[in-house]
Amino acid sequence: MNGLRHWFSGVHAWAALIALTLALLIFRDALAWSVRYPNEWVVPLTPWLNSGMNWVIDHFGAYFRAFSDTLAVVMRLVRNLINALPWSVVLALVTVAAFALAGWRLALFSFAAVLYMVVIGFWTQAMNSLALVVLSVPIAVIIGFAIGTLGFASERADRAIRPTMDLLQTVPAFAYLLPILLLFGFGPVVGLIASLLYAVPPMVRNTTLGLRSVNAETVEAGRMSGATTAQLFWRVQVPCAKRQILLGINQTTMAAFSMVIIASIIGGTADIGWEVLTAIRRALFGESLLLGLVIALMAMVMDRLTARIAVREITDRQDQSFAQRYRYWIIALILALGLSLLAQVMPFLSDYPREWRYYPAAQLNAAVTYIVAEFSTSIDLIKRVAFFYVMLPVKMGLERTISPFSWGFTFTDTLKVAYAVAIVALTGVAWLRRGWRIATLSAFIGILLFVGITGMPWPTMAGMAVLLAYQVGGRRMALGMAAGMGFLLLTGIWQEAMLSVYLCGIAVLLSFVIGGTLGVLAAEFRPVSAVLRPINDTLQTMPLFVILIPFVMIFKIGEFTALLAIIAYAIVPSIRYTELGIRGVSPEAIEAGRICGCTPWQLLWRVKLPLASPVIMLGLNQTIMYAIVMLVIAALVGTSDLGQMVYIGLGDGDFGVGIIAGVGMAVIAMLADRMMQTISRKQARN
Amino acid sequence: MPTAAPEPADATPAASLVPKLSCKNLWKVYGSNPQHWFRDNAVTTDPVALAQGMRAKGLIPAAVNVSFDVAKGEIFVIMGLSGSGKSTVVRCLSRLVEPTYGEILLDGEDLLRKSARELIEIRRHKIGMVFQNFGLMPHLSVIENIAFPLRLQGLAERERRSRVEKVIALVGLEGREKSYPHQLSGGQQQRVGIARSLATEPELWLLDEPFSALDPMIRRQMQDEFLSIQRKLRKSIVFITHDFLEALRIADRIMLMRDGQIVQIGRPVDLIINPADEYVAEFTRDVPLVRVLKAADVLAEKVPEGSAALPGVDAETTIEDLLPMLAGRHDGLSVTRSGQHIGCVTPTSLIDALARRADLHGAAMRGTKSPAVGDAG
Repeated sequence: MNGLRHWFSGVHAWAALIALTLALLIFRDALAWSVRYPNEWVVPLTPWLNSGMNWVIDHFGAYFRAFSDTLAVVMRLVRNLINALPWSVVLALVTVAAFALAGWRLALFSFAAVLYMVVIGFWTQAMNSLALVVLSVPIAVIIGFAIGTLGFASERADRAIRPTMDLLQTVPAFAYLLPILLLFGFGPVVGLIASLLYAVPPMVRNTTLGLRSVNAETVEAGRMSGATTAQLFWRVQVPCAKRQILLGINQTTMAAFSMVIIASIIGGTADIGWEVLTAIRRALFGESLLLGLVIALMAMVMDRLTARIAVREITDRQDQSFAQRYRYWIIALILALGLSLLAQVMPFLSDYPREWRYYPAAQLNAAVTYIVAEFSTSIDLIKRVAFFYVMLPVKMGLERTISPFSWGFTFTDTLKVAYAVAIVALTGVAWLRRGWRIATLSAFIGILLFVGITGMPWPTMAGMAVLLAYQVGGRRMALGMAAGMGFLLLTGIWQEAMLSVYLCGIAVLLSFVIGGTLGVLAAEFRPVSAVLRPINDTLQTMPLFVILIPFVMIFKIGEFTALLAIIAYAIVPSIRYTELGIRGVSPEAIEAGRICGCTPWQLLWRVKLPLASPVIMLGLNQTIMYAIVMLVIAALVGTSDLGQMVYIGLGDGDFGVGIIAGVGMAVIAMLADRMMQTISRKQARN
Repeated sequence: MPTAAPEPADATPAASLVPKLSCKNLWKVYGSNPQHWFRDNAVTTDPVALAQGMRAKGLIPAAVNVSFDVAKGEIFVIMGLSGSGKSTVVRCLSRLVEPTYGEILLDGEDLLRKSARELIEIRRHKIGMVFQNFGLMPHLSVIENIAFPLRLQGLAERERRSRVEKVIALVGLEGREKSYPHQLSGGQQQRVGIARSLATEPELWLLDEPFSALDPMIRRQMQDEFLSIQRKLRKSIVFITHDFLEALRIADRIMLMRDGQIVQIGRPVDLIINPADEYVAEFTRDVPLVRVLKAADVLAEKVPEGSAALPGVDAETTIEDLLPMLAGRHDGLSVTRSGQHIGCVTPTSLIDALARRADLHGAAMRGTKSPAVGDAG
């Protein structure tokens, strides 16, 4: 038993797997099943799921419809209410709120943002999106708070809640739009329910975390003051956890908004997301940019406002009179009433006149066309280089990529032998210099680049994943990995899953390298940090669609565009965590390094980066998660992976396909997450 | 073994004092199903062996058969290094931690038999507690923090205000009423903690390392203020500390703990002159003897004839003050307590007392058991 364990934790198992891979590859013509998982071995889950779904709809559909009808009534009410408000009143309220919370800079920004929505002429659509958020956030907050409290109170409940929340957040949104659509019917209610499902988890997590991290002595002091359980909860624990809970509300708001936008893909919502999507689909770039900006601005204003509430300092308000204490409420009330009355006399205050509208879509389109035409050669070059020299080799392998058309020569047998010799030599050198881990990696990459990720035999790929899991996290992790791999294989989505891994892998690698470099620069040079921070903030609050727009404009539809969009989103945590990690290195360690005579370069590589690595690993983990989330959205611009499958399932109304692909993505995401977390924890311990 | 049984004579305060709090055979065991270890009577017959048995099975006995009494108006100090179980014991006294076994009698009533509701009432009126890191509510101002327990009771605004003003004056926080905890220094924050614990006018006052988080200068000042508050209020106090000098300054009696067990209970001076074992001796090693020992502690064993006629000193005189008086006086001094002659000190008796002590420490340093320890055990 012990010998076996030893065998599995060392180099032997890897060597055996790599040898097996080579063997399978050499005989792959005879063993076709080893490269392409045979269809006959697939468990026909899809029809089962579909018939199960039909059964549920037949038997319980009426209840779901009744529920959604009730919700629809409330929704219409909120929508009408918000739409009834003159734009000038909303503008005034948002501005006053921004000023009260964060001062004149945010007030100015919010004012400009709201004014932009008015001037561009998509006010109603924007307000329809807002109505969904306004309705879904309070519900999500209440539900999330209740579940989060349950998770805090009962360890056992928490053990069930945690993975459920993980699943809700990692199953791509498109995958659960369809079941909601089937159960609750067509219309804005779908957006509402989807956004609820997506917005509850951050509230749950932050509530539990906040309540857990209340200072133990403060709680004891509360108990010693003679608090009953209810008093302790409402007067001690909740107020002490307030900041974290408010942070949860901020995240919930952003999640709800981003889901509202995504959910408009099913249509019938007459909101701003739908407008943007239509514009993107019709390749109207000017429009999509202008409308995307509306979404971006809404997101930024909402984020800044809710975030400010969370970080506000507790201030002394006891000496103030009623008027002083509620001065902003009073001002807001007066302004709202005044403007409403004024709008009766001056109707332009409530209905912005069409002739005042400024909508420079045509000009923008012309500008984009001009730029793309002007730089078409360099754009093409970038695309070709990335495609032929990076993406295709990983996807299809060098053996199928190298041709006179792509690389300018044929991949002759002599060259193949030379490639093999080079890889063997590299592996040998790596073994001697850096140990077996790096050598294994080099051998693996050598094979991968030769046959491509789609040409790798699945038995050994799955085997290596399980072995890696075993070495990282022991038997439990290996079991989880085996179960995950089994799911991907048995449901017949292995091929698509590998394509997801390929796209994600390249994106993550590039994001990590570029983001890490930027993060180091930001940590070393303040101006870099000052420039990067607002960009990061913006990218992170932006609903995912919007990120696609500029890339589609320049690079058109295709996998490369998807890759860039994924990088644009996934790079943020890499930058942030690297900067955070390096800044967090204790000054004493750095001084010690200096005293030892480190050059700045050595200081970075020998002291700062190793000490910051647990945090940087967490950043890598986040980057992977972000990449997987963006992968689904990127399916809109043409990919061929699980994300596309989810999207197709939604388009065809095929519940089974969509949900299997969705769960497949969640499986990949959760496995990657657990592995990275374990690695980060191990590093932190060393 | 450093786990000598506590001396029974010292476990109870002097007969003239009525115990306010009485802790009997208290156990707190962490681990799975600790209750089942307490079915037979091994608890009372051989607690040390029982604790060892628990440890062997992976349980953690944090308090092992702890028994002591606290008299009305007494300052009872529980001392020990971190992990010795002192915080567990004080939390058991207030049932912040649920004891596994034993009795805790407050005014003769067993706290462990109280319902949740009764316990809340007791905490609201009878027990006050101060915490090492203050345990203040960050979202409440000073005045709101202090009034917090009163608010929980639903006390009327006027009554609340008068009580809060009283304790604010007592701890000297006037002028800071509207500040928030994060705006105060550590010493100020602990004053708030003290004021809050006193606002309910408790009879039993528990202080869990109240000054450990403070700077040494502030700590000393706070100790003085604590003593002056105690002179006014005469609470029954259980005070936790890991600092022996602090214990010396404030304690009526000290209970020294190690690995959840009592090592010794006694007056501060007892721990110094008659340490129960090397552990205690080691603990008290750095104590400046001349400031701790009093004339009454170094009396000559054989009273020379006519010593009553010698010039007198008070029994409470420290040796530091005694030394210059004794210089050049071979016949010694008469020691009196409230005018009563109780014996005499001579240079020889003084040297003997100090030498006994030094011998003990030498033994502790060499790691051998000195005869004195054997006697004490």
